[in-house]
Amino acid sequence: MRLPGKGLNQGAKPITFAFNGRHMMGLEGDTLAAALLANDVHLVGRSFKYHRPRGVLTAGSEEPNALVTIGTGGQQDPNVRATQQELFEGLEARSQNCWPSVERDVMAVNDLAAPFFGAGFYYKTFMWPAAFWEKVYEPMIRNAAGLGALSGEADQDRYEKAFAFCDVLVIGSGPAGLMAALTAGRAGADVILCEEDSRMGGRLLAEREEIGGKPGHEWAAEVLAELEAMDNVRLMTRTAVTGAYDQGTYGALERVSHHLPRRHSLKSSHLPRECFWRIAAKHAVLAAGAIERPVAFRNNDRPGIMMAGAVRAYLNRWGVAPGERVTVFANNDQAHRTARDLHDAGVHIAAVIDSRHEAPDGGPYQVIKGAQVCGSAGRQRVESITVRSVKGEEKIQTDCLAMSGGWNPSVHLTCHLNSRPVWNREALAFVPSVGAVPGMVTAGACNGIFSTAGALREGAEAAGKVLEALDLKPAAADLPEAEDDPYRIAALWAVPGKGRAWLDFQNDVTVKDVKQAATENFRSVEHMKRYTTQGMATDQGKNSNVAALAVLADATGRTIPETGTTTFRPPFVPVSIGAMGAGATDEGFKPQRFLTSHGESHTRGAHQLEVGLWYRAAYFPKQGETNWRQSCDREVTTVRKAVGICDVSTLGKIDIQGPDAGKFLDFLYTNTFSTLKVGKVRYGLMLREDGFVMDDGTTARLGENHFVMTTTTAAAGQVMAHMEFVSQALYPEWDVRFTSVTEQWAQFAVAGPKSRQLLDGLLDDDVNGETWPFMGCGEATVLGVKGRLFRISFSGEHAYEVAVPARYGESLYRELLKRAEAMGGGAYGMEALNVLRIEKGLITHAEINGTVTAFDLGLQGMMSKKKDFLGKAMAAREGLMAEDRMRMVGLKPAGAAKEITAGAHLFTPGDPVERIYDQGYVTSAGYSPALGLPIGLAFLKEGPDRIGETVRLVDHMRGVDTLCEVVSPVFFDPEGDRARG
Amino acid sequence: MAELIAKSPCDGLLPATIGGMSLTEEHPGAMWAIAPFNGQLKVLGKALEAAHGMAFPAPNRATGKAGSRAVWFGRDMALLMGPAPDAGLAKHAALTDQSDAWAVVRLEGQGAEDVLARLVPVDLRPQVFKRGHTARTELKHMMASVTRTGPQSFQIMVFRSMAKTLVHDLKTAMEAVAARG
Amino acid sequence: MRITCPLCGERDRREFYYKGAALVRPAEGADLDAWHEYVNLRENPAGPLDELWYHEMGCNSWLKVTRDTATHEILAVQLASEAGLGGEK
Repeated sequence: MRLPGKGLNQGAKPITFAFNGRHMMGLEGDTLAAALLANDVHLVGRSFKYHRPRGVLTAGSEEPNALVTIGTGGQQDPNVRATQQELFEGLEARSQNCWPSVERDVMAVNDLAAPFFGAGFYYKTFMWPAAFWEKVYEPMIRNAAGLGALSGEADQDRYEKAFAFCDVLVIGSGPAGLMAALTAGRAGADVILCEEDSRMGGRLLAEREEIGGKPGHEWAAEVLAELEAMDNVRLMTRTAVTGAYDQGTYGALERVSHHLPRRHSLKSSHLPRECFWRIAAKHAVLAAGAIERPVAFRNNDRPGIMMAGAVRAYLNRWGVAPGERVTVFANNDQAHRTARDLHDAGVHIAAVIDSRHEAPDGGPYQVIKGAQVCGSAGRQRVESITVRSVKGEEKIQTDCLAMSGGWNPSVHLTCHLNSRPVWNREALAFVPSVGAVPGMVTAGACNGIFSTAGALREGAEAAGKVLEALDLKPAAADLPEAEDDPYRIAALWAVPGKGRAWLDFQNDVTVKDVKQAATENFRSVEHMKRYTTQGMATDQGKNSNVAALAVLADATGRTIPETGTTTFRPPFVPVSIGAMGAGATDEGFKPQRFLTSHGESHTRGAHQLEVGLWYRAAYFPKQGETNWRQSCDREVTTVRKAVGICDVSTLGKIDIQGPDAGKFLDFLYTNTFSTLKVGKVRYGLMLREDGFVMDDGTTARLGENHFVMTTTTAAAGQVMAHMEFVSQALYPEWDVRFTSVTEQWAQFAVAGPKSRQLLDGLLDDDVNGETWPFMGCGEATVLGVKGRLFRISFSGEHAYEVAVPARYGESLYRELLKRAEAMGGGAYGMEALNVLRIEKGLITHAEINGTVTAFDLGLQGMMSKKKDFLGKAMAAREGLMAEDRMRMVGLKPAGAAKEITAGAHLFTPGDPVERIYDQGYVTSAGYSPALGLPIGLAFLKEGPDRIGETVRLVDHMRGVDTLCEVVSPVFFDPEGDRARG
Repeated sequence: MAELIAKSPCDGLLPATIGGMSLTEEHPGAMWAIAPFNGQLKVLGKALEAAHGMAFPAPNRATGKAGSRAVWFGRDMALLMGPAPDAGLAKHAALTDQSDAWAVVRLEGQGAEDVLARLVPVDLRPQVFKRGHTARTELKHMMASVTRTGPQSFQIMVFRSMAKTLVHDLKTAMEAVAARG
Repeated sequence: MRITCPLCGERDRREFYYKGAALVRPAEGADLDAWHEYVNLRENPAGPLDELWYHEMGCNSWLKVTRDTATHEILAVQLASEAGLGGEK
C-alpha cells in the first residue's frame, strides 16, 4: 500500500509493469519489490525444497525469497532479486519454482512430505541400488535442482570487463562510507566510491534519524553533490564489490543496464548488461554495513513476515507500508523504530513483541515485553501470529510482522584472504579481525558500530588512517551531529517450540535440520553446512549463517566463537558467467593473426586452417575437385613437377646481433653456428634443459655479428622466452641483442624444379647455382624492393624463400602466383606442405612432442662434442640414448594400400593389442602422390633397427587395423639431389 | 616490369568515428628497434641526440615529438619512429627494421581513457600516465605499446597481423563507452 | 595479484608468465645429481620462495620474485639479470 506524502520518491513518474501477467503501476525509483508491496502483492515465489509460498523478506541484495525471472529466450535472466531490480516501463517479471502458477503450485505437495525431506535426505535416499544412480537418481535430482531456469538459448546480451585504479576504494555509501569518501576526497586522494544500490546513501535512505539537524538523506545528498564536483572522486552506483584479492585488487560487478527497457535504439544495443571491474586500490575502506537477521520461530517464512529494517526502508524510502495492521518482533531497541515510523505514518501497530523484559516502552501502542512470537498462521500471507509471554499464549491478527534478531556486520570481504572474523559479545556479532586484508580499513556497521554518529566517526577515522599512509593530510572538519543511541540487544536466535522454524529461507533449512545434523555428528560448522545445505543458495547464507551456527553451538554445547563460522569466499553477490567471460565470445575470444596473403588466398577459395592464432591456407580447391585430398595431391604434384608458392611468414623469425651472437647461438643450439660462413644457412636443433628437443629451424648468417633465426610457428613465443631467459638470467655478460622480426617480413616459399626460372627477372640479380648455392642466403632486390633470399627447402625440391617487408606481401604473393601459374605451377597450402615434408622425413612439432630426444630423431650427430650447449648434460643420460627407445621411422602399407593414420599405435603382429605391448605410435601421415601410397612417420621401439619388418597399426578411434612395413623416414629422393641441384 | 604495391596494416579497416572519438591509422614512417649493446647506453644517447635530436628514452617514456619520436619499447630497447636511424648508431646498438611489423593507430577524443580501461590492465589516469608516458602491456591478449600523445589521445601499437583484431576490440569498446553517454 | 616490475612498475599478474623456482644453474661439467636437482627437484615451502616470472606482456624481463606462498605477499622483485642465476662459469 502506497502512503501519500511518504517516501523519497515524491512526484516520481508512474510506470507500468507486469508481474505474472498482471499489469500494475509503480513509481520511477521503485524496486520491483517496493512496487509489488505497493500493489499489495506479497506472494512472490515458491521456496526451493518445499515449494512454500514466499514473499519479500528484505530490501537488499541479501534477499532469499523474492527471486523472479525477467526476459525470455536469449535475454532471460533467472533468480533476479526483486529487491534490487529497478522498475522500468514495460518490465515483465515472473515467479519461479512453481507450476502452473505461484498461487496454485503442484509441487507444494512436497511440503506435506516434509518429514521425509529433512537434512541429509539426498545422502540417505539416493544411495542404492548403484544401477539407479545414472538412470533414475541423477535425472530426478537434476530436475528438482535449482530455482530459476535458463532458457537454453545463447545469451544475446553484451558484457564487458574493465580496469580501474585509485588511491582509496570506499565500499558502501552509508554514513561511514560517505564520511570516508568525503574526508579522503577533500584531502586530494583519488577515490572510487562503490555502492551496489542504484542510489547512494545506504541506511540513510531508510531511516528518519537526522544528521546535523536535517534528515539523513538530505545530508547524504549534500555530501554526494560535493563528491560529484571533485575531479578526484569517482562515484559508481549499481556496483557491488564482490571480492578482495591479493595486492589490493578488488572485483566489482556493475549492473549497467538491468534497469533499462530492452527494446532499443542502436545506441543502447551496444550497452552492456553488466561490467566486471578489476579495481587496483592502494587502500580500501570497507563500509559495507550490516544485514539484519531473522529470528527462527514456527512458520516464520510466510509472506508478510519481513525484516524490521526492510519495513522501514519500504516506508521511508519508497512510501510503501507493507501492511495495514503491523506487528514488530525484536530483541533489540533499534527495531522499535519500525513501529514508531509506521505509527507516525498512520499505520496501525497491533503490537510490539520484545523478547527482553527491559525493553523500551515506545509510543502509543502496545509493547509486550519478555515475550516471543512462537508461530504464525495464514495461507498465502500471514494472517495472525501467536505470542507467548508470562501471561500465556495469545493470538494477534496481523498482516505484516516486522522482525529483527539484530544485525550481522557484512564482514565478507575481510575474509577473502583467509582471515576469520572474531565474535563480539556486546554486539552479539562477528566483526572483522584487524588487518584481515592488507591495505583495508573497516568502518561503521560492518565493524559492529551501529549508531549513525559511530558510523560517521569511524568513516572519518578510517579515511584518516588511509590518508596518513598516502602522506596526505585530512582537512580539519567537524563531524556533524547525529543519533548515537546504544545498540541494546539480548541474544535470541530461535524460539523454542514444535514445528518447522526457518533459518535458511532460500534452501529451506530449519532449526530441526541443524539439530539433526548435530545429532548425526556433523558438529563442525563446515560439515553442518554441507549436510543441511544451509548457506549454499544464491544468497550464500547472508541472512542465516550466524543464527544457524548459534543453533549448532547450542545443540553441541559449545559457545558461538568455539563453533566458528564457515568460510566466506568471493563473490559477495552472484556474478553471471557472462560478466566473468565478458568479451571472450566470437571474435573477442582470442586475437586472430592474418597473413598478408590472406585476402588473396581467401579470394581463391582457400580453406583456412587455424595454426595457433594464425590463419593459414590449407588447400586451394580447383573446379572439379570434390574433396581436399584431390586438391592436396594436385598441389604436391605441382611442387614436385613445376613450382609452388606457399606463404611461410608464420614461422618465427628472430633477428640476432652483437659481438657474442655466435657464442650465444652455439649455446642455444646443439650444433655449432659460430663457424657458419656469412651468406649461409644452417639447420639447428635446440634442447630444453632436461635434454629433450624443444625446437628446430634454420639460422642464417647475414653478417659477422648478425644472424636471423627461424623457429617453428608453434614454438615462436616459447623460443623467444627461452632466449630471453638464457640471455638475461644465465649469460647477462654476453653482448647480444635480439628481437622478433616475424611480423616485419612477408616470406614465401618458391619450391619446385622451376623455382629458379620463376625468380628470373623478379630479382635484380642473376639467380644461379653460384650466386645462390644450396643453403645460401643474403639480401636481394625484389622488383625494386630490398628483400632477402634464402635457398632452403622444406619440400625436398630445389627451392627458395623470398622475403620482403610486409607492406609488399600481398603484392608479391600475387606476382609469384601469376608467374607460377604461367609455368604450370600454383599455390600450395598446409596440407600439401605437410605431405611434401613427410615424404622427405622432415620433422615438425607433431614429432617434437616434448618426449623425444635428438637420438630418437636420428639426429644425435648434431649434438656437438666440442662445445657446451643448453641441455647437453641431461641429454647424455643413459636412458635418453637407449637403443630400445621409440625412435623415428617411416611406415608404408605392407601389401595392399591401406590407411595410415596419425595417432595410431603400433604392435608386433601376434601380440595382443594392449598397452603393455605397445611398440610405438604414428605422428604424421599423408598420401604420397609420388609413391602412390599412404605413408607415415612414427616412433617405434628400436625403430631404425627394424627396417624391413612388419608392424601392426591399430587406430581404435578411426577403426583402422592394418599391417605396415617399417622403412626409412626419407621416402623421396633420399640422396637429396633435387634440393641441391 | 611489375611493381610491388605497398599496403598498410589497417588498410580497409579505418578510420572510424564513434561517439565523439576517432580511431585512425598512423603512418609513422620508418620504425627501427634500437637496442644498445652492453655499456653503450650513454654513448648511444649522445649519438641519438646528435643524429636525431632526441634523448634515448628512459623506461616508460617517449622522447622527441610527433613525426620523430623515440618510444621506450621494453627491456634495453627503444623504437625510433619517423626517421631511419643514422648508420653511425650501429656501432653502439643493434638496429632492426620494424617499419612493417606493427600496426599503429591513434585513439582520440573524450572517453579514450574509458575505452582503454576496457582493454588494457594498466593505470592510464591522466595524473599518472601523462603525455610522453608509454607502457609495454597487453591489449586484450595482444602484446601492445600504448603511448599518451595528448590530453585525450593515445598511440596504440600491436603486431601487424593482429590489426583486424585490434580494430575490432577498440571499436567494440568505443561503442560500449559511447552507449553509456 | 600484482607484481612490481623493476622496469615497468606495478602491473597486474596477467602480464606475467610463471616459470617456477628460481635456482642457480650448475656449472658446465657438474655431475648428474646436480643437474637432476636443478631440473627436477623442488622445495615446496609454505612461506617465502624465490620464483621466476617473465614479464611477457610487458618489457620482456625475466624476474626473480620472492613470494610468500602462504600469504601471497611479494617480498622482493629483482631483475633476473642481476640475480646471479647463471652460476659458476
